[in-house]
Amino acid sequence: MSAVLELDRVTKRYGEPPVWALRGVSFSIQPGESAAIMGPSGSGKSTLLHVLGTLERPTDGRVSITGIDVAELPDRELAALRATTIGFVFQQFFLAEHASIQENVADGLLYAGVRVAERRERARDALSRVGLGDRLDARPPQLSGGERQRVAIARALVGRPSIMLADEPTGNLDSATGGQILALLDELHADGATILVITHEHEIAERFPRQITVRDGRVVSDA
Amino acid sequence: MRSVARVALSDVVRMASVGLRTRRLRAALSALGIAIGVAAIVAVLGLSSSSQAGLLAEIDRLGTNLLTVTNGQTLFGDTAELPTTAPGMIARIGPVTEVQETGSTSASAYRSPLIPSVNTNGLSVQAASLELPSTVGCAVAQGRFLNAATSRLPVAVLGAAAAERMGIDRIYEGERIWVGGHWFYLAGILTPAVLAPEIDSSVLVGFPAAEKYLGFDGHPTTVYVRAATSQVAAVQSVLAATANPEAPNEVDVSQPSAALTARAEAESALNGLFLGLGAVSLLVGAVGVANIMLISVLERRSEIGLRRSLGATRAHIRLQFLAEAVLLAVLGGAVGVAAGVVATVIYASNRGWAVSVPLLAWAGGLGAAIVIGAGAGLLPAIRAARLSPTEALRTV
Repeated sequence: MSAVLELDRVTKRYGEPPVWALRGVSFSIQPGESAAIMGPSGSGKSTLLHVLGTLERPTDGRVSITGIDVAELPDRELAALRATTIGFVFQQFFLAEHASIQENVADGLLYAGVRVAERRERARDALSRVGLGDRLDARPPQLSGGERQRVAIARALVGRPSIMLADEPTGNLDSATGGQILALLDELHADGATILVITHEHEIAERFPRQITVRDGRVVSDA
Repeated sequence: MRSVARVALSDVVRMASVGLRTRRLRAALSALGIAIGVAAIVAVLGLSSSSQAGLLAEIDRLGTNLLTVTNGQTLFGDTAELPTTAPGMIARIGPVTEVQETGSTSASAYRSPLIPSVNTNGLSVQAASLELPSTVGCAVAQGRFLNAATSRLPVAVLGAAAAERMGIDRIYEGERIWVGGHWFYLAGILTPAVLAPEIDSSVLVGFPAAEKYLGFDGHPTTVYVRAATSQVAAVQSVLAATANPEAPNEVDVSQPSAALTARAEAESALNGLFLGLGAVSLLVGAVGVANIMLISVLERRSEIGLRRSLGATRAHIRLQFLAEAVLLAVLGGAVGVAAGVVATVIYASNRGWAVSVPLLAWAGGLGAAIVIGAGAGLLPAIRAARLSPTEALRTV
């Protein structure tokens, strides 16, 4: 089976004078894999997430997602690729506070060309998967931090992406709640989801079967 | 190749309304400028159209078959005289149904002899025939008009404006005014005569009384003629020669309703001024909308970043903010149209006019709002779309 995600000597340079955020990163993620990218702040892991998520193009090197070379796609097709193939989870949740959590999750399908009735249906299913199936009409301010991150995870999952990218998913949560979120990610992985978590915490990275450590824009270990 | 999904119109409207629903006061205030501009434009167009409709209806009611014959000027520039026989001659023209006349006297009228003689209030004293009010299309507001008996006595009737300027609003027994050095008893007050405004500022007395007390020479100065409506033009063409066969060129003939109709249809210069003010207000409103949308784009960077990560293209983001600006402007425009129509209805019904808001006014107002919203939203929408997703996701 071909890799979901493949990086081949990817570099990323910013600004003038040039600052190298990535200096030749190569690895691949297979379908159904669950991995953590670990590194201290400033190690280039945020840039890596953006490049992996096609939010940013590499300066050099090759990024392919589900076998498609990202460099060949124009902007609008990259957006379509994100809509159907990649699910994002952010540290800050980014939920719309005035909308119900079902609407928030349904918006995960807005740009994938899914009709409104089906969006709501699938949002309900995704919310039951993260344990919030009985609170569809709640609004984010009524929820705890852990519950909000569950909503964000449901929104990432609702499009059945080939890969889910989570950027410090427990960064805004206390350790007990963070543990529950990681347990949820374990469950989803057991169900077959491909998950890549980015973190700066050793203890979190250690819970994943594979850990890729990044420092100064290079992969220093991959095990 | 994968295709970019189209976002349904209902979703575009829903997204566009999010920013407005979550920041209601701000949205309301920025839409207010556009609302005021549109309201001003709709009200000005509605009021001028209603007043025109009202005036035309009034003219219609008073009849377009009134002709006036007045003394003109001689070849040498002196004031000409109509022969005393003119009314009788005119009455003999076939289609003519009514003939009434007035004659200017040189007298002035005052509330009392104590008033300095220069304070004439611009009032003239006219001798009047006995059926004048019905012929010119006005009525007696108070008291009664002159009759065969009172026309021989020192008795006067006031035109509407004359009564107002003298400060007389009701008639009581024994009330007198000082006319040409004599006390005249007041018999009545007339309603305004739209077709013959010169009567409004007149103090009317009988022909015999004018000759007896005021030194009037008996020559009529204006003859009011009603003719069969279908024959008005024919009658008009022969009036001058009939009134003064010796010097038809010294007679002025006119049709007051025609002049009034022309005036009703001419747009007043004031309309242009108010329309200009409305346009300026619209422009200010547009700047307000653009400003608020720019702020909104800055505030909602993380939302933009999230939407890009969910698969929104730049075009999707641009459309969302453009739609929000248009929606904001359309809401303002709708409120403005409603306010303009309400103002027109209130004013027109106070004046007793038929309400008329032309299509151009409300459709144009809404159209202008849409154009302005799109124009004002363009720059903010382009800015939002240009924002790179990673920059947008970087939280401040």
